[in-house]
Amino acid sequence: MKKIRIGSGAGYGGDRLDPAIKLMQSAELDYIGFECLAERTIALAQKEKLRDPAKGYNHLLEYRMEKVLSLAFQNKIKVITNMGAANPVAAASVVKEMAMKMGLKGLKIAAVTGDDVFEIVKTMPDLPILENGLAIGTMLDKMVSANAYLGVGGIVEALRQGADIIITGRVADPALFLAPMVFEFGWSESDYELLGKGTMVGHLLECAGQVCGGYFADGHQKQVPDLWDLGFPFVEIDESGFGHITKVSGTGGIINKATCTEQLLYEIHDPAAYYTPDCVADFSRVEFYGKGEHVVEFSGASGKPATPFYKVSVGYENGFVGEGQISYGGYQCEDRADMAIDILKKRLQAYDFEALRFDLIGMNALLRTNTGNNNFNELRVRVSGKAKSREEALIIGREVEALYTNGPAGGGGATISVEELISVVSVLIPKVLVTPKVTIETV
Amino acid sequence: MKLGNIAHSRTGDKGNLVNISVIVYDQKHFKRLVEVLTPEAVISHFGDRIKGGVDRYLLPQLGAMNFVCHDALEGGVTSSTLLDKHGKSMSSYLLEMEVGKV
Repeated sequence: MKKIRIGSGAGYGGDRLDPAIKLMQSAELDYIGFECLAERTIALAQKEKLRDPAKGYNHLLEYRMEKVLSLAFQNKIKVITNMGAANPVAAASVVKEMAMKMGLKGLKIAAVTGDDVFEIVKTMPDLPILENGLAIGTMLDKMVSANAYLGVGGIVEALRQGADIIITGRVADPALFLAPMVFEFGWSESDYELLGKGTMVGHLLECAGQVCGGYFADGHQKQVPDLWDLGFPFVEIDESGFGHITKVSGTGGIINKATCTEQLLYEIHDPAAYYTPDCVADFSRVEFYGKGEHVVEFSGASGKPATPFYKVSVGYENGFVGEGQISYGGYQCEDRADMAIDILKKRLQAYDFEALRFDLIGMNALLRTNTGNNNFNELRVRVSGKAKSREEALIIGREVEALYTNGPAGGGGATISVEELISVVSVLIPKVLVTPKVTIETV
Repeated sequence: MKLGNIAHSRTGDKGNLVNISVIVYDQKHFKRLVEVLTPEAVISHFGDRIKGGVDRYLLPQLGAMNFVCHDALEGGVTSSTLLDKHGKSMSSYLLEMEVGKV
């Protein structure tokens, strides 16, 4: 039975590169996927593209490709990534330039586009926003991007045309890994059982280190060896959708039933209905079997037909967030931190900040629950709020900083920040309105 | 006994929604946890943090359950002023829960 190996080279846009290189050197991979797009990344990238039409792709594209391209070429590993962000075509031409300089003759680089549905959404002002039910037309003037989560279609087409490096914009994360299965095994786009199995595997892989003991280790019951040298995962899967997940031997981390179960449920709602553009996957009967060190077999995933809609992430300008922090330590520090917050509440009440919050880092910033352990060596005051303008947002940090000379004794380490807030809401649009497009260039 | 003695947990986020998986180390504790760790118990543990409801899904073959907490991130990672905008730390707070004798 035909089998392929697919590795995971990145679990987020800024992820480490050395574990991906180790995979490409030692795991005898056929494919490697790099998942690099968070919810609002594409909206930020779109703003960059508006300033410079040659930009708008992942900032680490060149850094990664510098090492990845020659390995892909030598070891015949196909690379699939959403590092194209808002500009897959520009990213593909950058990669082509690099490949030419490296003399990687014959390498085919594909850009998959079609996810940018900004113009389509603008013509559909009545579309309801999934999060709040309001019509999308109410925020047209603030919209900066609208991108559909595409499925495997464009990537599979690029593979059919012989592409070696495939750069996409927004696609569903598991699609980066499902696409090679569909292509290699000739899975039908209506064989939802198999698509569900492949989606489950893609879901295990898409966060890279998280299935290998990252975001897992606790130093007690969940011991993870050599977490500093965490390896990234790869799967070996056959055409029936059966296989195992493992990592390169000698790397740090751990793969076992517990890491796989945590990752299976990561960012999942109803496990029987995981909505993707390719199928509604069913993880509710998945089973994992430990097979020796760092090898886990999987089975039991399935799927149902996909819906006729694409989910679309709409990025919009949502004002500015201002933040200030200052620390108090030593003798009676809690009282002085409380005083600082009291002063800041009074100083800031004249303004119209939204979601203004006063936290004590070390006591209640992550969660307001009081654990009763109130003997602090130090506390850090944090004030954060939203404003309509950058200038107004800056007031928060300025007031915190002014506590150096005007506030309680011994305040130290004040910091100020202001960030433009690009937020995201979702809408659904009919799939028939969207056509994935593939453009290929050969070195 | 604390939940963390018998189970591990991971948080994920989507928009303003947080999901928290809870997975027992030993299958023998699963049945008891299903009785104790109800959606209501999770809501009450987190005080005013979870403003919507909580749905629970069970995966007995993995000794796992998944809690989907609605309106739990004050707007979600792209618009909240929380320090932990993803709610990553919520799983560890859940493990602090007293679950009695198991």
